[in-house]
Amino acid sequence: MIRVVLPAHLRTVAHVDGEVKLDVEGPVTQRAVLDALEASYPMLRGTIRDHVTQQRRAFVRFFGCEQDLSHEPPDAPLPEAVATGAEPFLVVGAMAGG
Amino acid sequence: MSGVRVLVGTRKGAFVLTSDGTRERWDVSGPHFGGWEIYHLKGSPADPNRLYASQSSSWFGQVIQRSNDGGKTWQTAGNKLAYEGATGTHLWYDGTPRPWEFARVWHLEPSLTDPDTVYAGVQDAALFRSVDGAQTWQELPGLRGHKSASLWQPGAGGLCLHTIVLDPSHPERIFIAISAAGVFRSDDAGKTWQPMNRGLRSEQIPDPTAEVGHCVHRIAMHRARPGVLFMQKHWDVMRSDDAGESWREISGNLPTDFGFPIDVHAHEPDTIYVVPIKSDSEHYVPDARLRVYRSRTGGNEWEALTNGLPQRDCYVNVLRDAMAVDSLDPCGVYFGTTGGQVYASANAGDRWAPIVRDLPSVVSVEVQTLP
Repeated sequence: MIRVVLPAHLRTVAHVDGEVKLDVEGPVTQRAVLDALEASYPMLRGTIRDHVTQQRRAFVRFFGCEQDLSHEPPDAPLPEAVATGAEPFLVVGAMAGG
Repeated sequence: MSGVRVLVGTRKGAFVLTSDGTRERWDVSGPHFGGWEIYHLKGSPADPNRLYASQSSSWFGQVIQRSNDGGKTWQTAGNKLAYEGATGTHLWYDGTPRPWEFARVWHLEPSLTDPDTVYAGVQDAALFRSVDGAQTWQELPGLRGHKSASLWQPGAGGLCLHTIVLDPSHPERIFIAISAAGVFRSDDAGKTWQPMNRGLRSEQIPDPTAEVGHCVHRIAMHRARPGVLFMQKHWDVMRSDDAGESWREISGNLPTDFGFPIDVHAHEPDTIYVVPIKSDSEHYVPDARLRVYRSRTGGNEWEALTNGLPQRDCYVNVLRDAMAVDSLDPCGVYFGTTGGQVYASANAGDRWAPIVRDLPSVVSVEVQTLP
């Protein structure tokens, strides 16, 4: 079971409170987690990564185990603690004005 | 008793203001989608309880929301607005080619007859249509495929398709406006498009009378007289009496002819409203006085409407989609400011009062007249 923490604005869009729990089949990668997240919450498609290119949106960051995972290849394995659910995968709105 | 519902989009959420037909006391609900930019929300003329809203942010992109109960509750709709076919390029500010890139929906225009059909004008400029209540979107690619498109250049706000006008007497006729390309018209439901900018003169472009390249800010039509269009251009207020084929200037005695919104009285096709703004670099009202100008002669002769509006120390702007009229009698006129005020007049502009004073900066105002 993967634990995902969404930023407040996306929790509102997805109508969820607190963490999201996802089953991910196969290797636990950024792409696999986001695929599972979007399958369970289709309204999040396009809000974290681009609909067409599947690129992470510029002002979205991925953190886990106190590391910035944003620039890791989407098919690279996530840290073991995230893959086992011991630590959450954090989707974060970048610190920027507005 | 009839009533009105005012739909307000702001930089940080949407608000729904409701009143009965007297338009004296108002209920304010919101913010809906707090923290998000709401460029536009609008109700279906065919079903007033069906609303569409464009919700966007720099962080999380575009979300489309839909309501089936007049804005009490909302459901997320489809937000995949993907360009059709090869993306192509337009010109960037520095004159170099730049691939089309979706940024946001500026304007949502529901069909006049079908609550499930809605058009979306987007940045970078393109027109999309949904026929399933905004669940899925298809581009009408003929517009972006126009031979001039590779030469379109963005205005200061981006290359945006911000105005969509549907012709009630000619179901296949659509007018759109793009900053800074100009007006285009389709007579075949969006398959093919022709520029409609003859008579416009813009000193800010190399050829002031070019077929395309004009920074049109807004166009408006009276339903009973769809062949007549009014335009607020970057500078100049214009009028067409031949469905956009040609334009003539009607700025007349306005204190400045720069501005953003323009609208038409619900019952008097020759009564029009603008809000003059000092200049294109000073986006606030002239002389620190907020004045709506009304012409009852279809242009050229304008009167300042000031009763109830601040006449000192005022430095707000009124954006292109932030003015609307209701269809009660007398006609109500509404507009929102970048200072967060929404003003209403229940007597065609003779007297004004704020419905709310302290919203986030207002981007859009639409009005529904309810049975």
